[in-house]
Amino acid sequence: MELCRLTLHQARALLETGEISSAALTRAVLDRIDAVDARVQAYLTVVADRALEQARAADARWTEHRRKGGATPPLLGIPMALKDEICTRGVRTTAGSKILGNFVPPYDATVMEKLNAAGGILIGKTNQDEFAMGSSTENSRYFTTRNPWDLERVPGGSSGGSAAAVAADEALFALGTDTGGSVRQPAGLTNTVGLRPTYGRVSRYGVIAFASSLDQVGPITKDVRDAAIVLSVIAGHDPREATSVNRPVPDYASVLDVGAHVVAPLQGVRVGVPREYFIQGMQPGVEHAVREAIRVLESLGATTQEVTLPHTDYALPAYYLIAPAEASANLARYDGVKYGYRWGFDSAQPANEMWEVMRATRGDGFGAEVKRRIMLGTYALSAGYYDAYYLKAQKVRTLIKQDFDRAFDNVDVLVGPTSPSVAFKIGEKVDDPLQMYLADVFTLAQALAGIPAISIPCGFAENLPVGLQIMGRAFDEERVLRVAYAYERATEWHKRKPAV
Amino acid sequence: MEYEPVIGLEVHAQLLTRSKMFCACSADYAGAPPNTHVCPVCLGMPGSLPVINQTAVESTILTALAFHCEIPEFAKFDRKNYHYPDLMKGYQISQYDLPLSVNGFVLIDDAGTIKRIGVRRVHLEEDTAKLFHVDGASLIDVNRAGVPLMEIVSEPDMRSVEQAHLYALKLRQILRYLGVSSGDMEKGAMRFEANISLRPKGSTALSPTRVEIKNLNSLRAMVHATEFEIARQTKLLQAGGTVEQETMGWDEARNATFTQRSKEDAHDYRYFPEPDLPRLQVSREWVAAIRARLPELPDEKRERLMREWGLSAYDAGVITAEKEIADYYDRTVQAGKARGADAKTIANWVTGELFRLMKDRNEEIGAVKIAPTQIPDLVALVNAGTLSNTIAKTVFEEMYASGRDARAIVEERGLAQISDRGALEGVVEQVLAENPKPVGDYLAGKVATAKFLVGQVMKATRGQANPALVNEIVILKLQAMKKA
Repeated sequence: MELCRLTLHQARALLETGEISSAALTRAVLDRIDAVDARVQAYLTVVADRALEQARAADARWTEHRRKGGATPPLLGIPMALKDEICTRGVRTTAGSKILGNFVPPYDATVMEKLNAAGGILIGKTNQDEFAMGSSTENSRYFTTRNPWDLERVPGGSSGGSAAAVAADEALFALGTDTGGSVRQPAGLTNTVGLRPTYGRVSRYGVIAFASSLDQVGPITKDVRDAAIVLSVIAGHDPREATSVNRPVPDYASVLDVGAHVVAPLQGVRVGVPREYFIQGMQPGVEHAVREAIRVLESLGATTQEVTLPHTDYALPAYYLIAPAEASANLARYDGVKYGYRWGFDSAQPANEMWEVMRATRGDGFGAEVKRRIMLGTYALSAGYYDAYYLKAQKVRTLIKQDFDRAFDNVDVLVGPTSPSVAFKIGEKVDDPLQMYLADVFTLAQALAGIPAISIPCGFAENLPVGLQIMGRAFDEERVLRVAYAYERATEWHKRKPAV
Repeated sequence: MEYEPVIGLEVHAQLLTRSKMFCACSADYAGAPPNTHVCPVCLGMPGSLPVINQTAVESTILTALAFHCEIPEFAKFDRKNYHYPDLMKGYQISQYDLPLSVNGFVLIDDAGTIKRIGVRRVHLEEDTAKLFHVDGASLIDVNRAGVPLMEIVSEPDMRSVEQAHLYALKLRQILRYLGVSSGDMEKGAMRFEANISLRPKGSTALSPTRVEIKNLNSLRAMVHATEFEIARQTKLLQAGGTVEQETMGWDEARNATFTQRSKEDAHDYRYFPEPDLPRLQVSREWVAAIRARLPELPDEKRERLMREWGLSAYDAGVITAEKEIADYYDRTVQAGKARGADAKTIANWVTGELFRLMKDRNEEIGAVKIAPTQIPDLVALVNAGTLSNTIAKTVFEEMYASGRDARAIVEERGLAQISDRGALEGVVEQVLAENPKPVGDYLAGKVATAKFLVGQVMKATRGQANPALVNEIVILKLQAMKKA
């Protein structure tokens, strides 16, 4: 048995019986990283010693549990990876940027606190596009992560490191952040499961902000059950986060089993298929896989109907005004004064003039795409342009939200592709920002509307994974997960592994 | 041509909340070592997020209600974007188009004329860190960053420096009455920005160009800067020039304003709604509950003292100028009711002796050792004839120094007034015997010398004799000698 290949829930079952130890499991994951990460390049930082130490402590708790009984936290002894956008106390957190190259947070993000309390073991921090701006990890200031399915191709982004790590069995699960598809798109391109929760479901505290009204943390896992388990751990109200919503967190994993083991588990479920999600220029293999998946849903008892989300075309322009606008403010704090990189700090003749240092720090510390978005956002908020750009975009956002509201009057979930194409070649789109932006064309509207959406494996096109996106009403993660789980049980796609 | 100044003020007041505006750090940083009242939130560290301080919101609404403002049902916070090393996040969380309150006013008394100064809005924001420039380096103390800062924006309703001064004083007085701000300018708890333009006297139009003077950290600076700027603009206009719209600073040492930014360089703050904070829904029930906490405000209190207790406008004014003194006076009057000490007599003690001693010793009312019950006790001793007014003042000084009861001081030092006729007759006889010349003068018709003799008796009794009685005895004795 190759331990690193286990899912979270499989590993937990074996830990529970004592068949495996967390130390062995953690060792296996670290060995796997040693074996493949030179090629995959998923990790920016690996904390092996710390992980093994925590694994031994977890084993001690498992031993005690087997002697005394009682409850154990859900992730006890499970090795995991976090996107480098998420602050981890004592572990360097760069957001993929040079400007935070030496930043070691003195605090944990709320999600990290929750994972710690649940017994999870941090293996390392994964690569990403700088400040989560990108769809390929090519905007990382460190290196580009490779898609384990084809090392010449991108893993998607911005949470490409997390997706690649899970796909290549370099972690049992990972967390990513999704501002406009950054969890779902890489999951779709790597044959993993990626869930973007409802805005407000998971605390953003300690998650380095890209676009505050859009950022959400989500799990990237090997199957749907794992996503449900992780979501139950990280969800919930946080008194330190004013937009986190105070409502009870269900045990999402237990919801999966309700009515799942029957011939037609989706009996009575109304599935909407948005017309606007099947567009010209979409890769035929992707459309084929998604249409097939819809037929599988029907075979499981779901009724399907075409619906329309008329403002879908405007999601991209609205997103690329709102997200950069918020980013232009969120990234203003990085000036070399307080923490992180400071231009000239280590040189023999340090620069003195304050504005010069601040300008040079930002000029050198940020990469091209980040600077592009800061400029876009600054422009969109400028006097005389605010109404035409930012305010207009916010109005469009309301219309997009209303599109979903109307659709959900008649259906329970919506399904469509996660991306218009499979993983593209490294370098293919990096010089054409607009082509890169179009990689997220199906994952922006859900973020603008704040609704939950999951990407699950639904087939292959040109031997590369295709993701099926399932969207639900706000705070209706249960239904999204149940539909995803029913599909997953009926298919084998998620079991396919890349040959790294 | 004669010009009239048009002045508007923006007043920033730190709120006296326990914690900062958006984090749990203590807002009481005075005297603390640099960078000890800080956390990831007020340091603006990556991933940190703000949470609204409810008390700060309530203090702002309370203040706005005292200024007769409207409290809209929705308010929101916005980001004001600019780069400066004292601004940890690169933006300040403030309020732009939906402030907590709008359209209020305060009244000032400008040499007997009551003038209404509009308050355009009262909103809430966060203070910045403090920079220190030492030996060519700049040091940052972040303790102040994130302290709740209330901004009170007036309408351009002031027409003289004196009105601006009175308005600022009135704001400070109200803030202190409400207990929402210390108003302590030495500690930077209250700061000003002034907008100044001139227009031909008689005109009602507002000048399209105005000069804004920033960073006025005391009332004195505000007054001097405003005076300077009016003079500068007047000179400019009278010489046929025009006033440029610009932002100026105030150079305390040179006593002059200087240009910081011209109109072309004006900041575009790129305000947009703060996405990290939900909109505030201000329910009418909440506003009503806050309104119920409004204390008696200085103007109401002043009128009540005049109406109920017959205080002069002057006395009522000085007593109500500071909330602490007004409270002290109120408690003293309450205690006086049971002791037969009337409010007016107490007012005389407070505005007379108490103020004199506080001024001499440079002390605040909070440091005064005399408890409110102790002044009525002293008044009662005077009323009973036990103490003369002169001796009572001595006793009061002793009370001020030690905080002891009047009665204890009188007993210990034997200061009780001598009203024993027999005892006083003996002293008078002795004084008359020792002063043959004045007595002779009196008998020769110079009646004024009686006063001198009375004084000598008072001296012999160390002031403790009942002066009226001494006077009576001296006159009777001299009359008797004259007849003889």
